[in-house]
Amino acid sequence: MLRLLNIELQKLRYNRSAKVISIIYFILITFIALIASIEFNFGDFHFRVADQGIFNFPYIWHFNTYMAAILKLFLAIVIVSMMSNEYSYRTLKQNLIDGLSKKEFVLSKFLTVLLFAGISTVFIFLVSLILGLSFSDYNEISIIFSDMEYIGAYFIKLVAFFSFCLFLGVLVKRSAFALGFLIVWQIAEWLLYGLMKWQFFKDTDIADNVAQFFPLNAMANLIKEPLSRLGAIQSAANQLGENFTKDYNVSAVNIIIVLVWTTLFIYWSYAILKKRDL
Amino acid sequence: MENILTINNLTKKYGALTAVNNLSFSIEKGNVYGILGPNGSGKSTTLGIVLNVVNKTSGDFKWFDGNIDTHNALKKVGAIIEHPNFYPYMTAVQNLQLVCKIKEVSEEKITEKLKLVGLLDRKDSKFSAFSLGMKQRLAIASALLNDPEILILDEPTNGLDPQGIHQIREIIRTIASQGTTILLASHLLDEVEKVCTHVVILRKGVSLYSGSVDGMNASHGFLTMQSNNMELLQTALEGNPAFGIVKREGEFLIAYLNAPMDASEVNKLLFEKGISLSHLVKRKESLEEQFLELTKQN
Repeated sequence: MLRLLNIELQKLRYNRSAKVISIIYFILITFIALIASIEFNFGDFHFRVADQGIFNFPYIWHFNTYMAAILKLFLAIVIVSMMSNEYSYRTLKQNLIDGLSKKEFVLSKFLTVLLFAGISTVFIFLVSLILGLSFSDYNEISIIFSDMEYIGAYFIKLVAFFSFCLFLGVLVKRSAFALGFLIVWQIAEWLLYGLMKWQFFKDTDIADNVAQFFPLNAMANLIKEPLSRLGAIQSAANQLGENFTKDYNVSAVNIIIVLVWTTLFIYWSYAILKKRDL
Repeated sequence: MENILTINNLTKKYGALTAVNNLSFSIEKGNVYGILGPNGSGKSTTLGIVLNVVNKTSGDFKWFDGNIDTHNALKKVGAIIEHPNFYPYMTAVQNLQLVCKIKEVSEEKITEKLKLVGLLDRKDSKFSAFSLGMKQRLAIASALLNDPEILILDEPTNGLDPQGIHQIREIIRTIASQGTTILLASHLLDEVEKVCTHVVILRKGVSLYSGSVDGMNASHGFLTMQSNNMELLQTALEGNPAFGIVKREGEFLIAYLNAPMDASEVNKLLFEKGISLSHLVKRKESLEEQFLELTKQN
């Protein structure tokens, strides 16, 4: 296991663009803290984002994991190119000739995905903890460490997304096309959902029931948008006569769907590699 | 003799095209093998199959005694096929470190092998800055990192300039002299003739010959002769069972031997019959002639 991870890290260690993008990614995550300093002044009306409760425990776990997950696209570039480079440099072939099996090859990539997701999770945990301790109105230990499910969901979400990227890299072989494919896939999911919701199965739950199984949609559903949960927005909506009754929890069914997709993506990557003549 | 690689009835089909057809041969320890064949004869496909990058259609092959997974066996093999493939953004040493990790060997041999191929002074240059000849030499260094039981080279001098070709040949000769088993695929016949003891000849995926270079030709060589009386010479030769085909080629008479016979013996025999020769040369067919003869048939 360690040998496989070591092999992959040797490949990444000297790759300047992979290093630069990874560093940018982690810097951007820390920029979430900058949201705290956003202030508006409309005459007498002072608005400071940090005062709206977004950094309160345990809400901060939800808010920060949601915001940070948007940035995963940066690491996706690294993941896709670490796979497609093996094709364009033809080093995949050389690795196999040198004595790596196809299974070990896929495993070494997957372990790297786990490592990236793991580091990112620990990182977001620390950033949130520090931000929360600085700004949160509640600082009891039991409150601080409640709702930790969002941290778990964040890890699963990243692993699934990067596995998808890995699979696309294996399938398409070119990083630009693989990332393009990713965007096309996302649009296809939206289109399909839209068609079902407003065309074929109007006024039923069928569209939502089917769409929850789409890979990208399932990943997005793991951590639902946190903004409408904010006190200020809730009260504003109440005044307008809207009533939110949304379940913001991480659902077990959702986790299972995402884990199944992850398994499939890794298995398919291996199956494609095994079948292909290089 | 210990077998390093045994191939049995190996077949590879790409749709309707059969690239390798029911191929069988084995590689014994200590010999230097050449795989010969025109372009598209299935050389690279065969090597690709035993090196785990191409899937076979049927048949089988086994490395060493057959009790080892292909990918583990490959850790004891050194192979270079077609282009040298390395990570362009890494230096020579970094690339070799990676190969050591894959092959699970220690990194202490890196310096020694870089020295062998004459790249020690460029060890910290990026691979992308290397010339083709240097890339090919780095590939050889990489293949030797594990002191392999067998070194497999597929067209190692392709695309190199004369100097590069010479360097690679010198390196191959050095390695062969150390007793390493070598499998060299090439269509450059003089290359194979100079270093190989055994050959496998392929044509359209079928093995035409497999065995020692000397045993490739059943005949015992041929004689080129000239005399004042050519008619008499021809009759004398045709009357002797030691000679096979006798044919006139320009001013010379070519006679193929059926049995081993010295040029001096032939001279003596003819002199006793009252024929004096003005020209007598005994020669074996070159590998090139034999190869062309074999591959043009059927």
